[in-house]
Amino acid sequence: MMLSCKEAMRIVSQGEDRELSLGERVALRLHVTICRGCRNASRQLRFLRLAMQRLSEDHST
Amino acid sequence: MPTPKDPDFRAQLERQRPYLLRFASLQLRSREAAEDAVQETLLAALAGESGFAGRANLRTWLTGILKHKIVDAIRRASRERPASDAGLDAEAAEVENVFDERGHWDEHPDPWEHPERALEQKQFLEALERCLEGLPERTARAFMMREHLGAGTDQICQELGITPTHCWVMLYRARMALRQCLETTWFGRQ
Repeated sequence: MMLSCKEAMRIVSQGEDRELSLGERVALRLHVTICRGCRNASRQLRFLRLAMQRLSEDHST
Repeated sequence: MPTPKDPDFRAQLERQRPYLLRFASLQLRSREAAEDAVQETLLAALAGESGFAGRANLRTWLTGILKHKIVDAIRRASRERPASDAGLDAEAAEVENVFDERGHWDEHPDPWEHPERALEQKQFLEALERCLEGLPERTARAFMMREHLGAGTDQICQELGITPTHCWVMLYRARMALRQCLETTWFGRQ
């Protein structure tokens, strides 16, 4: 059963918060292999963590 | 290096106030709540001066105390105004507008150009902050606890009185909304 993009994005997000199951990882990899939009968006969701770290460290007053 | 014996320990603490206030303000939307948390932190630091002995970095030590004070403030706020699932559902619609009825993208996201360069730009961080301000309050609170305070999902659930599933949904919505907002206000304009 293929994931929809919406389901794929939920899994990408949860991957930032918990350990994904093997099934989830396989399904996600399969989906992003064929879906360019989700490939881009999943990079962008992960980029948010870096951006938030930078914001937290930003010492400007 | 400052030591607790230092007579101007208080002055050193005071110099960290602007930094601490900024840190607290990112998480707590109310200026007053942020100022309270910082005040409590500085008082606790004065009272627990000896706890600083031997530590290299005053700011790091204070930030550690501040995180606890912020979580206390969040706990008080969520006790006064418990989260309701009804409000959460209302937030759902907007975030999921980007998908059609079968759950596929209406418009496939394009890659962002040089996101790593954006990280070095002050205006980008300002754009990110504006996007954070646009998030619904409870969603922002959960997201900031996760990404700014570095809390785990279990701690977020406990403090906000929600289930892990609920928590993951909130974090998902926060990320999707921020992705959308940055695309519109920053990456899309290039």
